[in-house]
Amino acid sequence: MQRLQIMAAPLSLDALTTVVVESTDGPVGGVSSFLGLVRGENLGRRVRFLEYEAYDALALKVLARIEQEARAQWPSATVGIHHRTGRVEIGEASIAIVAASAHRADAFAVCRYAIERVKQILPVWKHEHFDDGETWVEGATADPDDEAARQEARRRACA
Amino acid sequence: MRVKVRLFARLREIVGSAEIERDVPPGATLAVVWDQLAADFPALAPYRGSISAAVNADYARLQAPVGDGDEVAFLPPVSGG
Repeated sequence: MQRLQIMAAPLSLDALTTVVVESTDGPVGGVSSFLGLVRGENLGRRVRFLEYEAYDALALKVLARIEQEARAQWPSATVGIHHRTGRVEIGEASIAIVAASAHRADAFAVCRYAIERVKQILPVWKHEHFDDGETWVEGATADPDDEAARQEARRRACA
Repeated sequence: MRVKVRLFARLREIVGSAEIERDVPPGATLAVVWDQLAADFPALAPYRGSISAAVNADYARLQAPVGDGDEVAFLPPVSGG
């Protein structure tokens, strides 16, 4: 299993944790993880399920970029990110992130940094299906070179 | 020259296809490719200020030139996570 993946199969936090810890060079003293779940409600409407669409070839490069950015800032940490595509049911995980490091602070920071950058620049789209219709969620205009966005992700990671 | 244009999410729905071939003038930029496409599919026009673009699966500015045979992609605002 790769640490950075866009995948149609259900996500496993345990499997991702194992691969991240095993691929960390230095000593691991802390592991932090984030699991994003599909919520059955958004802005007051009942959500039946979500569908995720990705530009796979670009998304893999973007995950590698997020990993590089995190490594530049927190060199002792290793990160793994798995994002789901296709139909995802309520309560299922759409994204799993694991960060391992020598100490807890870096593990927490990298985990938070990674999800903030995913929200900003990963070419993935969420299609919400309601009882009475559907809509594409449109969040951030992706610009990996936007330094202000990167600073904001870093700020949240260290808050 | 000819480029392959990939479209995602709402943009794909507007055009009715995930991938189309387009003839564009030599020296065309991504902006030219987009504007030609939006002329054929007017519902794309409101996205002009919020799209991102890619050439051969790398993010690129709209001012960037495209080459014959390139894979061009237009991306609406992202919503992963």
